[in-house]
Amino acid sequence: MFADKRGVKVLLTLLFLWIAAYSAFPQTSSSLTSAGSESQTERITRLEQAVTEAKNSADNSWMLVSSALVLLMTGPGLALFYGGLVRKKNVLATMMQSFALMAIVTILWALVGYSLSFGTGNSFIGAFDHIFLRGVGLLPDADYSATIPQQTFMVYQLMFAIITPALITGAFAERMKFSAMVLFMILWSIVVYDPMAHMVWGKGGLLNAALGGRFPTLDFAGGTVVHVTSGVSALVCALYLGKRVGYPREPMPPHSVVLSFIGACLLWVGWFGFNAGSALAAGPLATSAFVATHFGAAAAVVGWAGAEWIRNGKPSTLGAVSGAVAGLVAITPAAGFVSPMSALAIGLIAGVVCYLMVAQVKARLGYDDSLDAFGVHGTGGTIGALLTGVFASRAINPIFKDAQGNITGLGVVDGNAGQLLNQFVGVVIGWVLAAVGTLVILKVVDLTIGLRVPEGHEIQGLDLSQHGEEGYNFEVSA
Amino acid sequence: MTKLEAIIQPSRFETVKEVLSELGVEGMTISDVRGHGRQKGHTETYRGREYSVDLLPKIKLEMVLPDNLVDAVVDAIVQTAGSGKIGDGKIFLYRVEEAIRIRNQERGVAAL
Amino acid sequence: MTKIEAVIQTSKLEAVKTALHDIGVEGMTVLEARGHGRQKGHTEFYRGREYTVDLIPKIKLEMVLADDMVERAVDAIVNAARSGQIGDGKIFLSKVDEAIRIRNQERGNAAL
Repeated sequence: MFADKRGVKVLLTLLFLWIAAYSAFPQTSSSLTSAGSESQTERITRLEQAVTEAKNSADNSWMLVSSALVLLMTGPGLALFYGGLVRKKNVLATMMQSFALMAIVTILWALVGYSLSFGTGNSFIGAFDHIFLRGVGLLPDADYSATIPQQTFMVYQLMFAIITPALITGAFAERMKFSAMVLFMILWSIVVYDPMAHMVWGKGGLLNAALGGRFPTLDFAGGTVVHVTSGVSALVCALYLGKRVGYPREPMPPHSVVLSFIGACLLWVGWFGFNAGSALAAGPLATSAFVATHFGAAAAVVGWAGAEWIRNGKPSTLGAVSGAVAGLVAITPAAGFVSPMSALAIGLIAGVVCYLMVAQVKARLGYDDSLDAFGVHGTGGTIGALLTGVFASRAINPIFKDAQGNITGLGVVDGNAGQLLNQFVGVVIGWVLAAVGTLVILKVVDLTIGLRVPEGHEIQGLDLSQHGEEGYNFEVSA
Repeated sequence: MTKLEAIIQPSRFETVKEVLSELGVEGMTISDVRGHGRQKGHTETYRGREYSVDLLPKIKLEMVLPDNLVDAVVDAIVQTAGSGKIGDGKIFLYRVEEAIRIRNQERGVAAL
Repeated sequence: MTKIEAVIQTSKLEAVKTALHDIGVEGMTVLEARGHGRQKGHTEFYRGREYTVDLIPKIKLEMVLADDMVERAVDAIVNAARSGQIGDGKIFLSKVDEAIRIRNQERGNAAL
């Protein structure tokens, strides 16, 4: 306990010094040129510039809205979704895990995260060229997005870096120390997330389909980067930490499906920012991704709840909203590459398969993934990444060109059977990196500050033992 | 004085309350409880995992009565709370030694 | 007939319920309660303000049993609910004069 407190003090002091040092350097700002008496050419140039600025403003406004939407997914969305699924005594601790990441990952992103993900580095990780957000100003970085300020791109990507680790918290809910969660997530962001984001989306990344990767993997909004990594890490966490006290002998049903329901609906809405925002512009590609996202979610609701209806005789609300999340996960890499009809197919498959994973396979294997982070995100992410290689079409997004500059096919149905192999490589790398990275980090945290709360604290509940509060207070006085 | 505790179906509570106030029962304490006797519970399924819920919601009534009212109250509860099905509930009677009204320290039947 | 009231740790409900079922107790009523005995409470902080919570969540079980069942039921509860620490709870026994099954007006032990 004492060591914990001292560690926090040291960290806060260092953080303060960093911020103080860097805020001393003035930001460079672009100067605006003023027009004097002008020739026709100058006038045309000025008008062209005005048109460009108008387009840039449109793109920028969509990307700022999208950034806010993606934060909404963690903020109320995931916090409520997970918060409702745990027992009453752990509701605050569970919500706090998501919320704490909104703060911690943000700071980490400013210090090193953005640079390691999107800096110019090697095939596997970015360099330190953007450390402390150096050079990340209001001018675009044309390699990523020519029409929006790099700061917009940076803050948009940050929201992804927040929700990805937050997804993992579902696997160790109700039993992990808060301090261990903080340390684990700091290390996980640097060791797993940043390299994976760089490989798929960063300049020169191994898997980058747009910027010349060796194994061009189609991942529009983060099927591998976000969902495969978080889902697989969740599985490793669940296996390493072991079961909750009393699981599976004692019943641990969700304490409020109502909270989970609201959370899932917010996730669905926020996901439009996640997927359609990944077009990085407000053009037709964003529309295509928006539509695919919505159709994928809808089909997966029918898939999950339908499978449940057939097997149990009743479609449950929790099944329906879990299905929506599974569909949104699976459509994430595919949105922006597939038609609405393909999106329906992907969603339906993901809904049924994720239901079977959660309801059948988990029970058979006996691991305690408290809130099914692996069952939904690991499974849905993997299915989505592979199906993207099947359904991606040049008619939606002509991203592949041959040496002559002719547009070529994307997925299996588009005449490019080889893409399935590239998708497979992307998935395998995601699995291996997440599994090995997570295992090493868990070992480190376990040996330094320990992972689990003592049994007495677990029985008492994490709200009280970790935070000294209760989610639902008992009021005696009127 | 006799204490009467009755466990009844929540759906019957309003009727029972009306009948008791017609009989002149002036006070009672109500609690939301869960319980089971011979009535079987039901199963709930969350993400494919079945939970058997054998403790079903019930209403518990408690009141302390002068002895001359007890039979009439028992009859009234039996009439209004009974549907003839398993799960209707039970009534328990206990002797009470003393009752004290906190406001003015009246004792015995006067305190009821 | 005897009424058993047991106040136990919330985490022990499943174990106690199972133990009682195993010895043939067919019905019980369960309440969420708050209480304290010698167990000290804990402090909670909200916006820097300290609150002492000495009423700790507990489960209260109530059941009325035929007298020959009582000792076995007490043993079952004690064995299943005991952790050896302060706060394990208490059991109270009281005599019940009459029991009535609402469904068919059976009385006495037959109604239990």
